Amino acid sequence: MLSRLREIEQSVHFTFDGASMRAERGDMLATALLAAGVHQVRHSVVSGAPRAPYCLMGVCFECLVTVDGVQNRQACLIEVEGGMTVLSQNGASSLPPRSGPDEGREVL
Amino acid sequence: MTARVVSKAEDLLPVYDILIVGAGPAGMAAAIEASKAGARVVVLDENPRPGGQIYREITRNRPGERSYLGSDYWKGKPLADLFAECSGDYAAKATVWSIEHTEDGEGKDHHRVGLTVAGVARMIEAAAVVLATGAQERPMSVPGWTLPGVMTAGAAQIALKSSGVVPSAPVVLAGCGPLLYLLASQLADAGGHNITLLDTSQSLLRWEALRHLPGFLGSPYLVKGLGLLLKTKRHIRVVTRVQSLAILGQNTVEGVRFATRLKTEALQAETVLLHQGVVPAINLATAAGCPLMWNERQRAFQPVTDAEGRTPRRGILIAGDSAGIVGAQAAEMGGRIAALAALSDLGLAKSASLIRDLQGRRQRFFQGRDFLDALYSPARAFLVPSDPETIVCRCEEISAGKLREVITLGPPGPNQLKTFIRCGMGPCQGRLCAATVTEIMAAAKGMNPGEIGTYRLRSPVKPVRLAELAALPHAPRALKAVTGRDPVDHQFKEEGHSL
Repeated sequence: MLSRLREIEQSVHFTFDGASMRAERGDMLATALLAAGVHQVRHSVVSGAPRAPYCLMGVCFECLVTVDGVQNRQACLIEVEGGMTVLSQNGASSLPPRSGPDEGREVL
Repeated sequence: MTARVVSKAEDLLPVYDILIVGAGPAGMAAAIEASKAGARVVVLDENPRPGGQIYREITRNRPGERSYLGSDYWKGKPLADLFAECSGDYAAKATVWSIEHTEDGEGKDHHRVGLTVAGVARMIEAAAVVLATGAQERPMSVPGWTLPGVMTAGAAQIALKSSGVVPSAPVVLAGCGPLLYLLASQLADAGGHNITLLDTSQSLLRWEALRHLPGFLGSPYLVKGLGLLLKTKRHIRVVTRVQSLAILGQNTVEGVRFATRLKTEALQAETVLLHQGVVPAINLATAAGCPLMWNERQRAFQPVTDAEGRTPRRGILIAGDSAGIVGAQAAEMGGRIAALAALSDLGLAKSASLIRDLQGRRQRFFQGRDFLDALYSPARAFLVPSDPETIVCRCEEISAGKLREVITLGPPGPNQLKTFIRCGMGPCQGRLCAATVTEIMAAAKGMNPGEIGTYRLRSPVKPVRLAELAALPHAPRALKAVTGRDPVDHQFKEEGHSL
C-alpha cells in the first residue's frame, strides 16, 4: 500500500504475526507495516471485516494492534523499536488470562 | 536554555503555570512565548517529535533529501528551533485524556490534567491550559471507504513527511480542498506516477466563492494556489465535478467507480486517498466542558473563544486550528496570542500591546480564507451519503440507512442516536462519524447542523488502561470507599485526586 522512495538506511527489525519485518529507524509502526507490504492489521470488532491504518494521526483507531502483549495500541502513534512483537487483532478481544487465582487482590 | 525533554510521567512537575496540549505550530509558539516570561510551562504531545501534522518530523528532515515537501513545510524549521531552545518542559509520546476544574490551596482556579507517558498515568495541575490540538480531516463516507487501501490524503502526506514513503500506484485522490492539490503536487514531485485526482467540488467558480474573491486577490494564498493548480494539471489526470464515487474491492481496494454529469467511469486503483477539508479537533475541549458553536462557513463545530483564545471555561484557552481552521501561520500567531493572554490573566506578564500587534499581523492570514472556505465547501452528496449501505460509524459499523431509519423514530439529537444504536461509541469516540451523523440528521429533519448539535463527550477522550488508573495514587478516603477498610498500613502520596 505504501512504497519507499529510498532504501532503508538504518534498519530496525520487528515481527508482525510471527513474520519478520524491516523498518527505517524512526518510522511509526503503522507506516512501517504498510511499507512492509502488510495490507490489513486487524478484523473489525462487529462484522470481522478487514481493516488497515486510515488516518496515521491518532484519530481513527483503525490501526489498533497488540504490541509486546499490550492490546489496542495505536500503531500510528508508536515508533518502531527493534525486537517489537506485533500481533494483529481479530474481532473483539478477550481479557488476558489471569496469571494466578488471587492476582489483583494483593494491591490493597 | 533548552527545553527539558521529559520521557517519564514521574519527571513532570506536579504543578505548572501553563500546560499546553499539542506541539504543532500553535503549541510550539505558545510554549516559546510563555517561557520567555519565565512561567513554568509544559508541552504534552502524542508524537515522538515536535511539529504537529503540518510540520511533521521537521526536526529530522533535511531540505536536500525531501525537497518535494515544498517551501511552506520548511517554514516550520525556525519555529521548531526556537521551541527546542525555550525553557519549558516537553513531554513527547504523551497522551492527555482528561481535564477537570479544581482549585488550588488558595481557592484559585486550577485544572487537573490526566495524562499518560510511556504507559504510566499521572494527574498534574496547571493554572492555565492552552489546547492546541489542531485539526483532523472531515470524514468522507463513501461506499467502500473502510477497505484496506483507502486512507486520508492527510495520512499519505504524513507518511511522505515522516518516512519518505508514497502510496502504491495506481493512486486515486478524491474529494475537495487545497490539501488534495498540494498532496498531488508533492507526490508528483516525489516521482509518483499514475495518479488521478477526482475533484468533487460542484463547480470551480461558485457564486458564493466569487463574493469573497476580492479578499482572496490580496491574500498570500493566491500565488500558491494558482501555482499548485497549474502544476497538478500538468502531471496528473484531474477530473472535475465528480458527483458520485464508490470504492470497489472485496478485501482490499481494487478500483473506483465515479460519475460526472456526462459519464460514469471505472478506474483500477491500488490506493485511494480521500479528503474533503479539515475540521477542528474538539474532543478534549468538549470533554473539558468548553461550549461549542457552529461555523456555517467552515461547516464544522468549533469551541467558543474570544479573539485571544479564551473559552468561557476560565483558565482554558484554545489556539490554532482547534479553535477554527486558520492554517499553520495564523495558528503560530494564535499560539503566541493565547500564551500572552494566559500570562496576563495569571498576572505573570503585561502583554496587551504585544497581543494587539500580533492580532494585526495575524489578520493578513485571515484574508482570503473566506474565498477558500466557500470555494472548497464540500458538496452535499459527500456530506450526506445517499447509498443506505454506506458505513458512517466505522467502529460500530453503522450505515447511513440504519441512521436514517432510527432518526425517523424521533431521537432529538446525536446523543440519543448514540444510545439507540451505539454510533460514536467505538474506540475513535465519534471522531470519524460525528460530522456525518450531524449532517444526516440535519438533512432528514430539514434543520441546520448547528441546531442538531454534536456528540457530548466525556473523559477519558483517549483510551487509558485500567491498570494505569488503578496505579494512580489514591487518597485514603477513596481507598476506604472501595475496600471498606482503613488503609492504615500504606503510605499515600496526596498528589493526584481521590477517585
